[in-house]
Amino acid sequence: MVNFKLNGLEVAVEKGTTLLEAARFYGIEIPTLCYDAGLSPYGACRLCLVEVGEPGKSRLVTSCTYPAREGLQVRTHSQWVVNTRKLIIELYLATCPSSKTIQDLASRYHVTGVRFRQKHEDCILCGLCIRYCSEQMQAKAIGFINRGEKRRISTPFERKAEECRFCGGCMYICPACQARCQGPEEKEAVCNACLNLSPPCLDRFNDAMCYLDPCVACEQGRKE
Amino acid sequence: MDALKTGLRSLPELFDLQLELKKKREQRENYLAVCGDTGCTAWGSEQVKDLFARCLEEKGLSQSTGLKFTGCLGLCECGPVVIVFPQGIFYQKVKTEDIEEIVEQTLLQGKVVERLLYQDPLSGAKIVHAEEIPFYRKQQRVLLANNWKIDPSSIEDYLALGGYGALGRVLGQMSSEQVIGEIKASRLRGRGGAGFPAGLKWEECSGMPAKQKYIICNADEGDPGAFMDRSLLEGNPHSVLEGLIIGGFAVGASEGIIYIRAEYPTAVQKVRLAIAQAEELGLLGENILGSRFSFKVSVSVGAGAFVCGETSALVESVHGRVGEPRQKPPHLAERGYNNCPTVINNVETLANIPYIINMGAEAYSRIGSGKSGGTKIFSLVGKVHHTGLVEVPLGMPLRKIIFEIGGGIKGGKAFKAVQTGGPSGGCLPASMLDLPTDFDELNAAGSMMGSGGMIVMDEETCMVDLARYFLKFLNDESCGCCFTCREGLSRMLEMVEAITKGQSSMAEFALLKELAAVVRDSTMCGLGQTGANPVLSTIRYFTEEYRAHIEERRCPAGVCRDLISFHINSELCNGCGACRRKCPAGAITGEAKMPHFIRAELCTKCGICLESCPIQAVIKL
Repeated sequence: MVNFKLNGLEVAVEKGTTLLEAARFYGIEIPTLCYDAGLSPYGACRLCLVEVGEPGKSRLVTSCTYPAREGLQVRTHSQWVVNTRKLIIELYLATCPSSKTIQDLASRYHVTGVRFRQKHEDCILCGLCIRYCSEQMQAKAIGFINRGEKRRISTPFERKAEECRFCGGCMYICPACQARCQGPEEKEAVCNACLNLSPPCLDRFNDAMCYLDPCVACEQGRKE
Repeated sequence: MDALKTGLRSLPELFDLQLELKKKREQRENYLAVCGDTGCTAWGSEQVKDLFARCLEEKGLSQSTGLKFTGCLGLCECGPVVIVFPQGIFYQKVKTEDIEEIVEQTLLQGKVVERLLYQDPLSGAKIVHAEEIPFYRKQQRVLLANNWKIDPSSIEDYLALGGYGALGRVLGQMSSEQVIGEIKASRLRGRGGAGFPAGLKWEECSGMPAKQKYIICNADEGDPGAFMDRSLLEGNPHSVLEGLIIGGFAVGASEGIIYIRAEYPTAVQKVRLAIAQAEELGLLGENILGSRFSFKVSVSVGAGAFVCGETSALVESVHGRVGEPRQKPPHLAERGYNNCPTVINNVETLANIPYIINMGAEAYSRIGSGKSGGTKIFSLVGKVHHTGLVEVPLGMPLRKIIFEIGGGIKGGKAFKAVQTGGPSGGCLPASMLDLPTDFDELNAAGSMMGSGGMIVMDEETCMVDLARYFLKFLNDESCGCCFTCREGLSRMLEMVEAITKGQSSMAEFALLKELAAVVRDSTMCGLGQTGANPVLSTIRYFTEEYRAHIEERRCPAGVCRDLISFHINSELCNGCGACRRKCPAGAITGEAKMPHFIRAELCTKCGICLESCPIQAVIKL
């Protein structure tokens, strides 16, 4: 067993456990986009950052890849972590605004606006589909091509991949392209309606909440 | 000399051969060193060398006078450089038509050809000997000291100067622990950029329980304006190879790999030749010099991506996969090449190893005044008089490097900033000129040592534009694997571009700062972590300039095209028409002998009118 400090608590986990697994085991939520328990960790979405080390000498690491070590001090929700995470979510929202997963994330972490230029991409390049295809299906029908800004996911030589068995796993596992919210598509607007703990209709209706699912408060809260 | 043919089987044989070659060299000390490195080759030094060879032949001097096509001699700006030994007469900017005169005057009559001598830009005095030129005199050349004595394609030259002696000592007298102890005591820090203590790195890897280990030499030098590693590999490849073999012995590796980018074809060729020569002599292979240590070295040529300088990406690239970093830990000392413990050292780090062994750790660590020992090679480029390769003891203040060795700013302009550490480094203003060049000091100032690029800028450089340039480079070179680097750098570039166009606001500027800090803290590898440095350091030292761009929509240095405009002073203009004829956009109108004017809607702001006006009637606002 490895003993370390998680948010001030003395905890013990088995050797080889990652910080993310340990935190989740102890009921602490850390958001992720590129992590799946059945696939190898990749560390690309940067959302699972936690602060490790003594205060003053600490640094941010991805908890999905960092193994728990004896005597380590880990803080999952320090000011530094939360602020960094919020800006990263804002960047996601500025890149792929129409993904429900990202909208939900924004709501949960109280990201209420986008200060960056709004893009409309479909893919966040988390690589889950690629890992699913290669690790679970042993197919390797898709992979990354190009680099940097031009990076995207494609089939070998950009042709129909013979290896693809149409299993649909890539679509199943994609965090970005699942059932999009039909909320307002206004520029720079985040509807925040479904998961927000502070209902946006409050200032209009005092203490009224609609309890509709999906909530239509965003419709009503719209500027007229 | 039989050993050259049969190979070396024991230590005494090595020392005998060294002695023999040394004697042979002393008997023939007349030689010409023609610089064959990139800068001088571009100036035409290859033709100079060929013509020298022919000329020596014609005059019957080819037996008595040697001709070496050497690695970088340092003063790239004055190329092609030729040094006549044994006197050490330094000739600069030698052209093919000067060669007869040099042979006739200097070699035959022992006179100096005055007009080819180096002239000091400050005092105007002509200087005869290389060591007296301030550029060289103020340096402390350890790694580069042998560059003008060695033909990089000749192992005999290297052996004659005591080469492979350190390897002999290590194999004959030292254990791997002793070697590591010596390197630790020398306080040598990695020269690749991060400055991790080299001895500790070796110790960590040597302590790993594994049968197979690897040592890799990182020659993926990708910074714009940096050519230290290249010059070492092209000028003295055996010194790097010797360091690599010693490193292999110290960490217990049986295989070494030299990873060079494909853009360095000469380096690849020279290293391959050096490996073949060392193999032939028995300095590589099974049971080197009769010891129980066996080691082989191969060359891996990378496709030239900046990110492959990052160690985990480099290992991926050596495997033949896409050069993308992976999240550490596990570190390479645990799981590297072929999943075995691997040590990766920079070219310059390895080149230091033989010197440390020969000189002793204590003497080595006394070089320099900083917390770390030894010298550092910088490629001094930009707006200084003497651009070139400079080797100085660590801890030398920036001012000394730029103004004494570099000869100050060109064209009498004022110094504005120096960028150290390449694209990932930072810009330091004039107030930081007395900062010692040391790993920790530079980091604290918001820059970094990096691999040793040093770009000097004068008052005509816009710092926002500079940040934009480096961000563009990093954005192009980002592998795109992790989100904050890919998206963060591209957003930062977008925002800095908006500032250079005068389309930004102070709120966006605040957001830029916030984003830069997040990118620095949250990316996977060194590229992203340091990628925000150009922005953060220019903001730290040149906030005023950013503010002028944003609030006043003005570029104080007059560089950002969207923020400047050209006008003709109608009181001064005599209507000569020089600007009108040269304007590529046809934006200047006016009748002959009447004041001209610029039509702003057509002007592309190229500035040709400003340069072509004979009476300085064109003004830039």
